[in-house]
Amino acid sequence: MATTTETKIAEKEPWFSKKERVLMTDPLLDNNPITIQVLGVCSALAVTSLVYPSFVMAIAVVFVCAFANLFTSLLRNTIPKAVRLIVQLVIIATLVTLVNEALKAINYPVYKQLSVYIGLIITNCIVMGRLEAFAMANKPWRSFLDGIGNGLGYGLILIVVGFFRELFGKGTLLAGSPIPMFIIGAGEDYWIDTTTPGQWGNTLFWWYANNNLMVMSVAAMFVIAVMIWWQRSRNPKLVDIS
Amino acid sequence: MGDFINIFIKSAFIENMILAYFLGMCSFLAVSKSVQTAFGLGLAVIFVLGITMPINWLINEFLLVNFEVEFLRFIVFIAVIASMVQLVEMVVEKVSPSLYAALGIFLPLITVNCAILGGSLFMVSREYNLTESIAFGLGGGFGWFLAIIAIAAIRERLRYSAVPPALRGLGMAFLLTGLMGLAFLSLSGIDPAVFGGYTPSK
Repeated sequence: MATTTETKIAEKEPWFSKKERVLMTDPLLDNNPITIQVLGVCSALAVTSLVYPSFVMAIAVVFVCAFANLFTSLLRNTIPKAVRLIVQLVIIATLVTLVNEALKAINYPVYKQLSVYIGLIITNCIVMGRLEAFAMANKPWRSFLDGIGNGLGYGLILIVVGFFRELFGKGTLLAGSPIPMFIIGAGEDYWIDTTTPGQWGNTLFWWYANNNLMVMSVAAMFVIAVMIWWQRSRNPKLVDIS
Repeated sequence: MGDFINIFIKSAFIENMILAYFLGMCSFLAVSKSVQTAFGLGLAVIFVLGITMPINWLINEFLLVNFEVEFLRFIVFIAVIASMVQLVEMVVEKVSPSLYAALGIFLPLITVNCAILGGSLFMVSREYNLTESIAFGLGGGFGWFLAIIAIAAIRERLRYSAVPPALRGLGMAFLLTGLMGLAFLSLSGIDPAVFGGYTPSK
């Protein structure tokens, strides 16, 4: 009797039920891949010196994470346990190759900027970690959502770190993107032409000197440490005892 | 020879894999709670980087570039790394059971350590030759080893100090990595030309 009601509920469950929505929203804050699960810190922090490459990287990771989860989940009953890591690596590597070639064709300057870090999505622990922890044991649709959620949680951190680093390090926002903003400071350019005066109007903060520490990759560590601090002060349950 | 030392020093100190490029951060943060385990993992990384780098160089040069299938690079490299790790694991188990016991669980983990794949990809994008890529592999591994030992020692000490609760553990590890990165930046004052065979812009 109990089983029939259960199947009925499962049938009636809409695509975006509350449980499914939690799969997507939970990784954004309280179960964030970087600050809580400590997965995937590796490959992408070096790209966060500007917002736009971080944004592109975030999209790439969401794509790879979601589809790797989906395909692994579809194949989960046919993969032998002994070779599952190799199978997962092949799935991920194929998706990353797709992203790499697509980015090379669509936006070559950003592709140059990201250089090897797109390829390093393969060894990004988030993708592997979610495949092992979630996709191998769950249905395709839920795994897909879990992949999107974790990719977004990761991308969110990248963009926030990129925001602070670019704002204080270069005095610009979204430099190199279709909508570059010239906010504070002298705005040393990457691909945009800042030598033409009046192009972005007169900035209020002309006295601001760019903080070169924020351009260095170590700044990402400090920004993330502050984020962890804030997050765990807000929710003391997340503090680890060790 | 001068070139070899030059690239070794550069990749170990000036462009440290962890502190300058954040490669291999996951295992760096997860396994740096005690010096002993950090030592084991560090050794394993030197080992695998030193082996996979020349092999990937040969494969890239004679197969991928030769037959113009560079787009297969990711799949081929990761397959080489996975199989090399497996091979190294078997050889170490046969030859030296004590080393195998020391490295133990860390060897299989290395497959997904970004430092290994990252090293191979950097090697391609910087157009190193065979000797240079061996030097880069060994130097990069050594730099990784140094960094993880240093942070493990600091974290062991840190256990007895009064850190704000919200920063305990992970937060402090991030801050420390940042500070260590700053400290390592001062090593960029080393002039590689001292060791001879200086090749600019590489």
